[in-house]
Amino acid sequence: MIALLSRDMKLALRAGGGFGLGMVFFLILTVLVPFGIGPRPDLLAATAPGVLWLGALLACLLSLDRLLALDYEDGTLDVLATAPLPLEGALFIKGLAHWLTTGLPLVVLSPVLGVLLQLPPQGYSWVFVSLLIGTPALSMIGAFGAALTVGIKRGGLLLSLLVLPLYIPTLIFGADVARRGLAGQEVLSPVLMLAGITLGVIAVMPYAAATVLRMNLR
Amino acid sequence: MPDLGKYAFAVLAAYASSLSLIALLVLISLRQNRRAKALLRALQTKEDPSR
Amino acid sequence: MTLWEYANPVKFLRLSERVLPVLWPLAAGFLALGLIWGFFFTPDDYRQGATVKIIYLHVPAALLAINAWFMMLLGALIWLIRRHHVSALAAKAAAPVGAVMTVIALVTGALWGQPMWGTWWAWDPRLTSFLILFLFYLGYIALWQAIEDPDTAADLTSVLCLVGSVFAVLSRYAVNFWNQGLHQGASLSLDKEENVADVFYIPLLVAITGFVLLFVALVLYRTGTEIRLRRARALQLRRNRQ
Repeated sequence: MIALLSRDMKLALRAGGGFGLGMVFFLILTVLVPFGIGPRPDLLAATAPGVLWLGALLACLLSLDRLLALDYEDGTLDVLATAPLPLEGALFIKGLAHWLTTGLPLVVLSPVLGVLLQLPPQGYSWVFVSLLIGTPALSMIGAFGAALTVGIKRGGLLLSLLVLPLYIPTLIFGADVARRGLAGQEVLSPVLMLAGITLGVIAVMPYAAATVLRMNLR
Repeated sequence: MPDLGKYAFAVLAAYASSLSLIALLVLISLRQNRRAKALLRALQTKEDPSR
Repeated sequence: MTLWEYANPVKFLRLSERVLPVLWPLAAGFLALGLIWGFFFTPDDYRQGATVKIIYLHVPAALLAINAWFMMLLGALIWLIRRHHVSALAAKAAAPVGAVMTVIALVTGALWGQPMWGTWWAWDPRLTSFLILFLFYLGYIALWQAIEDPDTAADLTSVLCLVGSVFAVLSRYAVNFWNQGLHQGASLSLDKEENVADVFYIPLLVAITGFVLLFVALVLYRTGTEIRLRRARALQLRRNRQ
C-alpha cells in the first residue's frame, strides 16, 4: 500500500505529472475573477469564499482524468486488480495520492489567493479549514468518476458531466462554512455536515469505484 | 376559450411548451422504434436464406 | 406464473404489444380529459387568477420527474441483482422520459413563477433540486451513450444511478440547508387540510392519471425499441463473426 502511494505520488510530482498544473490553474482562475466581476473590494471579499471553493473544485476536476487513465492504458490497473491488495484499498490509496498532490496544495495555497481576493482577515481560517475538510471528498468522488469513465475514449468531458453534480453537496456545505466563518456566524453545523459527507464518501466510494472498475476491466 | 386575463401569456405558454415537448418525445420514440424494427427486419431477411 | 416471466424479452414484447393498443388511447384520453377540464372548465383561483391552470401540467410532470428516477433506480437494482436485460433496458428507456418531465416541470414552474413571485427563477430549494435532478438525468443518459458494450453500459449506468440517487438526496438536504424557499408546500398530501380545493383537485387527479399512463406507455414502447436494437446488434455481431 505504501509502495503504491509513493509510486503514485512520485509519478504525479514528476515533470508532466500535472502536480503544478492544478495549482497554476487555481492561481489563474483567481487572477481572472476580479477581471470578470470588477475590482470593487467589497464585492470581491463577499465572493472570495465561493470563488476559492469553485477554483479548488475545478482544479481538482482538471486532474481527475489522469487519476486512472494512464494506469489503464499501460496495464497497471490489470495488475492491481489481480494483486493481493484489494482493489478497494488500491483505489483508496489512489484517491489519497490524488488528494495529497492536488487537494492539499490547493488548501495550502488558498490563504495566499485569499489576499488577491481581498478576503477579510477573519475569513482565512474558515476557508482553510473548510477546504481541508472538504477536498478529500472531492478526490474520492473523483476516483469513482474516473473509474466509471476509464474505458471511454476521450472521456474527459463526460467525466466532468458525471462528477460535477456529485460535488454539489460538498460544495454547498464547504462554501457555507467559509461564508459563515467570514460573516462571523455559527459554523459548527455545516462543519459537521461537511465532515460527515467527507467521512461517508471516504468510507463508501472506494467500494463503488472498485465495483465499476471491475466492470470496466472485465 | 376561457378568459385568462393578464395571465394569458403564462398559461398559454405553459400549455404550448409542455404539450409540444410531450409530442416531440412521442414522435422521437415512434421514429426510433420504426427504425429499430426496420433494421431488425433487414438483418433477419438477410440471415434466413443463408441457413 | 410470476412477474419475473416478463423479464424474458420475448414475453415482454408480446405483453407490451397486447397492452399498448389499450394503453395509448387510455393515456391520451385521461390526458385530454384532465387538461381540457382543467383548462376550460375550472374557475380561477382567487389569489393566483388564471395561472392556477398551470397546476395540471406542473404537478403531474414534477411527480413523474421524481418517480421516473425511482423507477430507474428499481430497474438498476433488479439488473444488478438478477441480471434481467429487460430491467436495464427499461431504466434506459425511462431516462429521456424523466428528463423531459423535469424540463416540463421547470419550464411550467418558471412561467408560473414569473407572474406570482415576480421572477422566472429563484434559487429556492425545490427549484434547485429539480435542476440538480435534471443534471443527473443528463449524466445518466450521456453515460449510456458513451459506452459501446451494452452489458458494461448497463452495469455502469446502474451503479451511477445508485450513487446518483444517494447524492441527489444529499443535495436535496444540502440545498434546504443552503437557502430558504419561496415555493409553497406540497399541493397534494393525504392530509386533507393541506390539499388544494376540490374544484382543482379532481381534474388534477385526472391529469396525473393521464401523465402516469403516458409514462407507462412510453416506457413500455421505448423498452421494446431497445430490445429490438439489442437483438439487431446481436445479429450483426454474429454475422460479422461468420
